[in-house]
Order: sequence, then structure tokens, then C-alpha cells
Amino acid sequence: MGIIKTDRLVFEYIRRDEEGNVEGITRAVDEVDLDVKKGEFVAILGHNGSGKSTLAKHINAILYPTEGSVWVDGMDTREEKDLWNIRQEAGMVFQNPDNQIIGQVVEEDVGFGPENMGVPTDEIWERVEESLKAVGMYQYRKFSPNKLSGGQKQRVSIAGVIAMHPKCIILDEPTAMLDPNGRREVVRAVRALNDVEGITVLLITHYMEEIIHADKVFVMDKGKVAMQGTPREIFSQVEKLKQLRLDVPQVTLLAHELKKSGVDLPAGILTVEELTQALEHAQKYRH
Amino acid sequence: MSIILDHVNYIYGSDTSLAVHALKDINLVIPDGQFIGLIGHTGSGKSTLVQHLNGLIKPSNGNIYFNGEDIHAQDYNKKKLRSKVGLVFQYPEHQLFEIDVFSDVCFGPKNLGLSRQETELRAYAALKQVGLEDDYFYQSPFDLSGGQKRRVAIAGVLAMKPEILVLDEPTAGLDPKGRDEILDQIAKLKEETGITVILVSHSMEDVAKYVERIIVMNQGAVMLDDIPREVFKHYKELEEVGLAAPQVTYIMQALSKKGMPVRTDVTTIAEAKDEILRVLGSGR
Repeated sequence: MGIIKTDRLVFEYIRRDEEGNVEGITRAVDEVDLDVKKGEFVAILGHNGSGKSTLAKHINAILYPTEGSVWVDGMDTREEKDLWNIRQEAGMVFQNPDNQIIGQVVEEDVGFGPENMGVPTDEIWERVEESLKAVGMYQYRKFSPNKLSGGQKQRVSIAGVIAMHPKCIILDEPTAMLDPNGRREVVRAVRALNDVEGITVLLITHYMEEIIHADKVFVMDKGKVAMQGTPREIFSQVEKLKQLRLDVPQVTLLAHELKKSGVDLPAGILTVEELTQALEHAQKYRH
Repeated sequence: MSIILDHVNYIYGSDTSLAVHALKDINLVIPDGQFIGLIGHTGSGKSTLVQHLNGLIKPSNGNIYFNGEDIHAQDYNKKKLRSKVGLVFQYPEHQLFEIDVFSDVCFGPKNLGLSRQETELRAYAALKQVGLEDDYFYQSPFDLSGGQKRRVAIAGVLAMKPEILVLDEPTAGLDPKGRDEILDQIAKLKEETGITVILVSHSMEDVAKYVERIIVMNQGAVMLDDIPREVFKHYKELEEVGLAAPQVTYIMQALSKKGMPVRTDVTTIAEAKDEILRVLGSGR
């Protein structure tokens, strides 16, 4: 079994009117089967309201399944005795960095998680140091969080999660509120966690460029998994993604447009490198 | 009809030890009917700048003129100014509050003291301008999707009939389709009504696609102010201040480096496609 596994996961919201009578039921997650292996980098795409965030909240037991099951590292999220273990193993980072930082000083904020877990003081400081180094924020350890940029604050939030030594980390649109530089910093930090520390990553995003290096991509629509595959497999289906209100990276879109105009290019080009090589080839061939 | 900023400076907490010089000697002319992109990293002064445009913040020194009148003159009617310069803040859907969509959009014009008929006509027109279907008019705004809520919030500002519409990151958090829909709608609105639009954005791709002029802010000062093609030629300097050029610009740079004779000052997918096809075609 993978580190995160869901089996026919269903989640329903019950809508009630002012008197509390049931008006209807919305199925936000509809029979999702997910299997994420240890150390994988998994991306989840989907339009607003497709169920991605609801799905993510099941993985650290903020929500419980209406039907089906979720296991994190073999623990069923409905087992109350495992709740704290699950939350410690699957850390979560949200969209707005300002809602996630509570400390007056960066290092205090990062130490909050392990402190609550009862980690001995010396070890807390070790963890704070290594976590801040992992996201490249160690030189800011004595700063007040409100003096930091959005990207820096978001990296502090991530460090706060890593300090709890999770096996996986779930990021729900962590770059939505950031400028281009902030986005780059956060994506770089997340990739390093995955590559260097071997932490399993589940990244939810609307920015297609951020996930071209993912091992696996799931695309959600109406609570179901509508597509899954490698980034190349997913992004070679430009028209289908557009139907699902999504997009592809600009490089991929340009290649797709050129292909439609008769240029001989392979499908699913993901990087500038790949496009320049393919175009060079196409140019030679035409001569 | 225009906004002129003349040597505008703004200092937060000027009489404290934490004083921050947020705007430094800003001189700008914003003529009628332009579609302007305002970019800059977090903390570069974009939001402080736009809050000056309708008098929400008073400059520490310097003057702001709207249609030739100093907006901070003693007898200037600021209430009227605020109906002329409409500001749509980040996540404007957090400001929705009424029981249904239509009442929410009516709130602004009603407070201008307009008749009920005029208020409702304006609300209807504004909701049409943002492309919201009639079916949603009497639904609670809280039951709508993210993109729809945001349209309602924008309609609330449009119902004031502004001459200048300032949007602070109107697409943050929306899915790609929702993003394109909102921006297409704004471009169409600009086309039809000739309204001036100032778009604050973190997406270089969006700015390149829609606007005719880009103002780049850095550390409280205007760093660049030109048409997109010229601004993105400075991509190295943009990177130094936490920004970037659109991804296509980098593609063209890479192709050019490989010896393909393409122009490198390309900023949109459509331009890049034509340019590459031109070069490939001439090679035949």
C-alpha cells in the first residue's frame, strides 16, 4: 500500500435551509481511488469547485469520508486514536500565508508544531534550524514574519510543517497569492523537499508550469478523477484540458498551435529546451 | 478627462521610527481609455499607488489631479470622485453581503442617492456587462462559484458608472478558464464603453495578452513605463526585481540563441506562432 491511499472515497455536503431542513446533498468527492507511493511528487489539477481541496482535506483528517476509506501510511483516518499521528505525518499548507503564521519571530513560528508534539527543547531547535535551511529561510530566523514577502512567508509556513517531520506534505494552492518570484521560490523549495529529503508531495495548483516535473498528475472534475497520467500524457491533451476549464504551460500551448499549423512536432512538449530541439529538427527537415 | 500624479510621495507612519517610504516621487499621466497593466513584486507600492487614485490615501506630498482638479483641494467632492474611479480590491467576493445578487449590485448606486428605477437599471446593465446570466440574479451570492462571485463584485463597482476601473489582481485563485473569462469580459467592456482600465497583476502572461501600456513599480518608484514589447525587452532587470517576462519571450530568446532568426521581442503566443511560422516558411 502507498503512503496515501483512498478507496472509493465519497464526500457529501448536506445543504440545509434556514430552518435546518435538508435541501439537498452535494457530492463533492465522488468515488476517488488514489494511490500515492512514498517519495512521489503528485499534482492535482481541477477547476474551482472540482473537489480538489475537499479531497486534500481528507488526507490529514480535517474531513472524514461519507463512504469509502482513506489511509495515511496504513492508518485509517477514521480511527480516532491515530488522529494526531496522521496529522503529524501528513502536514498541510494553505493558500494564504497570513492565515498560517502565528509566531512573533520566524523561528518561534517554526518551533510551534514540534513544541506542541512534546519534542524536547534541544531537539526543537535542531528541527527549526534544519527546516528553515531546507526552505532557504535560515538567515531570516530572527525576523518578524510581517517583515517578509509573500513567498518568504509561505516558505516559513512550509518550514513549520517540515519541523513536525511529516512523511508527506499537502499544499493547497500555495502560490495563488504570490508574485512570480515568490512562486519560483516556493516551487523550488517544494521540489527540494521532494528530491533531497524524500518527502512525498501532493501539490494542488492552478499554475500548470509548476507541475511539469511531477511524477503523476490527477485531474479532478465534478468530484471524480477525470484524467491521470504523467505530465506529458496529461498536457498532450490540450483540447480536453480546456474543456475541463484548465490550461497547459505556454510552451506546450505554443507547440500545440504550431502543430495545428502543420509544423512537425511531437505532442506534449513541456520545456523550452524540448521545443527548441524539436523546432531545430523541424527546420532541418524542411530545408 | 485624465488622472495626473505630480511628484507624489507617500510615507507610512511618517512620525514614527518605523516610517516606510512607500511611494517615491511618482509622476504619471493616465489618459482616457487606456488599458494599463500595473506590475511589481509584493511590497513594491502597487496597492498604495492605486489607493491614491480615488483619494483613499492622501499623499504625504505632491498632488493628484482628476480631470484637471486637485482631488485634495478643500472643496473637492470626494464622494463623486469615488464613483468615478472604481476600485475592485483583491478577493472582492469577500465584500459581498446582500441576500441576493441583484440587491448586492444595487447597493452602490442606491447609496449615490439615485432613484430606485435608475438604481435597478444600472444594476441590470452592470450584471450584463460582466456576463452573468439572469438565472443567477435572485440567488444568494454565496451559492455562486468563485468566478461568478467575483463577477458580481465587479458588477457592484461598474454599477457606479466609473470612468476609471482599477482591478487589483482580479484573477487570483481562479482556475485558468475563469481567469480568461474575467479578463476577456473586461477587455470587451473596455472596447464597448471606452472606460480606462488599470489591471494590477502578478501574471506577466495576462498582462502581455491584454494591456497596451505597462507600468512597473519597484521599491515605491516607477521603474519602467512603456508598451509591453518594450517593457519585456528588459526581462533581465525585471527578474532582478522579482518579476519576469512571459514564458514565450524566453522561448524566443532560446530559439534565437540556437541560431534561429526569430524576433525576440515577442510577448504573446499568437505573435510567437506567427513569427516561428514565418521563419520556418522562409527556410523552405
